[in-house]
Amino acid sequence: MKKILLGNEAIVQGALESGVNFVSAYPGTPSSEIGNIFGDIAKKYGVYFEFSTNEKVAMEASIGASFSGLKCLVAMKNFGLNVASEALIPFCYTGTKGPTVIIVADDPSCWSSGQSEQNTRAFAYLAHIPMLEPSNAQEAKDFTKLGFEISEKYNLPVIIRITTRVAHQRMPVEIGIIKKSSTSGKFVKDVKKYVTMPPRVLEMKEELLEKMNKLGGDAEKSKWNVLTGGNGKIGIITSGVSYLYIKEVLDELGFNIPTLKLGFFNPLPKKKISSFIKGLDKVLIVEELEGWLEKEVNILAKQVNPELKIHGKDVLPISREFNADIVGPVVAKILGKKWKVSKTLSTDVPKRFPRLCEGCPYWFVFSAVKEVAPEGTIFGGGIGCYMLAGYPPHGLQDYLLCMGSSIGVAHGIKKNSKQKLITFIGDGSFFHAGIPALINTVYNKSNPLIIIMDNRITAMTGHQPNPGMGKTGMGEDSEEILIEDIVRACGVKHVKVIDPKNISELKATIKEFLDKKEVSVIISKRICALWERRLKRSEKHGK
Amino acid sequence: MENKTFNIVITGTGGQGLITLLQIVAEAATIEGFDVKTAELHGLSQRGGSVNTHIRIGEKVYSPLVPLGSADLILSLEYLETLRAIPYSNSKTTFLINCYSLPFVGTISEKEIDRRLSELIKSDKIIIAASEICRKELGKDVLGGIYLISYAAFKGLLPIKPESIKKAIARIIPKKYLDINQKAYKLAKYAN
Repeated sequence: MKKILLGNEAIVQGALESGVNFVSAYPGTPSSEIGNIFGDIAKKYGVYFEFSTNEKVAMEASIGASFSGLKCLVAMKNFGLNVASEALIPFCYTGTKGPTVIIVADDPSCWSSGQSEQNTRAFAYLAHIPMLEPSNAQEAKDFTKLGFEISEKYNLPVIIRITTRVAHQRMPVEIGIIKKSSTSGKFVKDVKKYVTMPPRVLEMKEELLEKMNKLGGDAEKSKWNVLTGGNGKIGIITSGVSYLYIKEVLDELGFNIPTLKLGFFNPLPKKKISSFIKGLDKVLIVEELEGWLEKEVNILAKQVNPELKIHGKDVLPISREFNADIVGPVVAKILGKKWKVSKTLSTDVPKRFPRLCEGCPYWFVFSAVKEVAPEGTIFGGGIGCYMLAGYPPHGLQDYLLCMGSSIGVAHGIKKNSKQKLITFIGDGSFFHAGIPALINTVYNKSNPLIIIMDNRITAMTGHQPNPGMGKTGMGEDSEEILIEDIVRACGVKHVKVIDPKNISELKATIKEFLDKKEVSVIISKRICALWERRLKRSEKHGK
Repeated sequence: MENKTFNIVITGTGGQGLITLLQIVAEAATIEGFDVKTAELHGLSQRGGSVNTHIRIGEKVYSPLVPLGSADLILSLEYLETLRAIPYSNSKTTFLINCYSLPFVGTISEKEIDRRLSELIKSDKIIIAASEICRKELGKDVLGGIYLISYAAFKGLLPIKPESIKKAIARIIPKKYLDINQKAYKLAKYAN
C-alpha cells in the first residue's frame, strides 16, 4: 500500500518499521516534524520519545539508550550536529550496542536557517561515520531502515543526511509493517567498549577505521549506489535530491547517458566509482554545496583514468540549492546540446518580511525597548521567533550567530566597551545553550541587560515543549523549571519577571537595569499568541 | 496528459493554509492514480512571509520543483503574491487569483498590481474574491484556498475530478473542521 508522505514522515515510518525503541530530538527546520510526529504517536507504538534540552543532550540520551541495548533514532538540523558533535565523535569510537540512526537535515539556500549554509557531509570525515543521502521521500524511508541495518551489523551509528527538498518533499511511499517496540533495556558493563580513554582510545580508533573499511566492501555491492542510463563517453555522478533534477533534465533533453547515483556518501564505493569513470572521457559531478564527491573522483581518476575531464564546481555553484533550471543548461552544454530556456517574465515585488504574529507578546518587548533604549545601544540576537527583531519595523539586531550566543557574545562586547547593550534570548534557547553563557557573564563580571523572551514554548519550529512549560515531548506533565530560579542560582542579582503587556513597568525596568554595574535579567513572560489560541480552541473542542 | 507533467504553483503568505491545499491536491492526484511530487517550506519562511508551494502530477514525476516558465496553473491566495509567481508562468498558464490583499508597509498599490498583472499575464486570468465569499458565507477568510482549488476542479483547470478533491478534503482535513471545508467546496460548485 502506498501513502503520500512528507520526507520527514517517511523517516518516522522507516524507523517504526525498523522497530525503533527510543527517539530523542531537538527541533530545527527542516527536521522538526520528525520529533513532532513521534511526540504524537510514541505512546501508541510503545516507543519512548523526548525533545531533549539541546542536540548534544539528545545525542547523549540516545547513546545511553543504545548502550542499554535499545534501537535509537536521533533527529536534528545541521547546526544541531555542531552542538552534538562532542558526543557523536567518541560515540563512533565506542560504537553502538542498540542500533542507532541519526537524522541530520541540511538547508541549502537557507530557507529557514539563520546562521550559515552548513554542509553536514563534513562530519562524515571528521567522525568516520557512515553517511547516507536519500533523494526522495521513499528513499528517506528506505535509507532509515538501511541505516538501522548497517548500524546493527557494524555496531556503528549511521547518519542519514537529508536536505530541505527531501525533508519537505511529498510523494507516494510504500508502507510496510510496523515492528513491535519495547523500552526495557539493560546496561551491561563493558569498560573496554564504553570508556574512551588512552591508551585504549587509539585501539578504538583503529577498530572504527577497520569497521568503516569493511562497510566500504558492502557499499561496493549496495543496490543504493546505482548505475542507470545507457552507454556513452560522457557520464554523471550525483547524489541526494540532485539526482531528481538530473533525471528530469535528461528526460527533457532526450538523453540516456551513464549516471551513477550514490546513496552512500561515506564510505564511498570507490571501486564502483573507479570502474564507472574508467571508460569515460568526461564526467560531471552534480552535488549541492561543497564539491567533496568531486574531490574524491579527482583522486580516483588519477589512478584509473588520468585523461578524464572532470566537471563539477567549475560549472555549478557551491552556494544555494539546485533545481532543473540550474542543472539543465550545464548538462546540456556538457552534451553539446542547447538547453531550451523558457522565456520568463518577472517583476520587482517589494519584499514581504516574515513578521511577528498578531498578538505576539514580543511586539510589546520590541516597542518598549525601542522607546527607552538610548541612542547607540547594541542589540544582541539569537535563534527563534525573536530573530524577527532584525526585520522591519523593529531593527533591533546588531549581531546574530547561533543558539545561546546572544549572551556569550554580549559578555565579550561588554567586557571591553562601555556601550549599552541589550540582548535577547528565547526560553528555548536559554535552556539550550544560554545557561553556561549566563554563568560566564556573571562570574567574569560584565553587565549586559539580558531579556529572556519567555513565550512558554519553543515556537518558531512549530511549538515544541521545553523544560519551562510543564509538558514533555510525549505530552506528559512534568514540573516546570522556573527560569528566574535558574537565573538567580547563576548569581544574577537584578532579576525581574514581567508580563510585557505591563509596558510601563517593562520600560521603567529596562531603564533601571541599563544603569546597573552587574548583569541584569528581565524575564518577559507571556504565552505565544498562536499557542494560546490553539489551546483555547482545543479546550473548546473538548480535547 | 500522457508523458506530460501538470505543474501547479500555489502562492500566498504563511498562515493562509498553503500546505493543507498542497496535501489535498496531492492526495486527490493519487486517488486518480497519478504519480505526484510536491515541495513546501516550513519554519522561518512561514512566519507571514511570502510562500510558494509546488505540486507536480503525472505518469512519472522526478523533481518536486516546478521549473521556471512551466506552470500549468498558478493559484494565488494573495493578490500581490501573484506577481512573485510570474516567473513560473508561460503564455499558456492559467492564473486563478484570490482577490484578497494582505498589505504590508512598503507594498505597492492595488492599482499598480492591476497594471502589472495585465501587462505581464497574457494568458487566462481568473480573479475571484474567494476569501470574501467564504467570509460572508462561512465566516472564515482562510477557506478561500479550499474554495479556489475546488473551483479549479469544477471548471476543469486541474487534471483531477471534483469528486477526488472532495474525497481528499475528507481525508486530509481534521474532523472538527471538515464540515466547514466541505461547505467551501460546495460553494465553489455553484460559482459562476
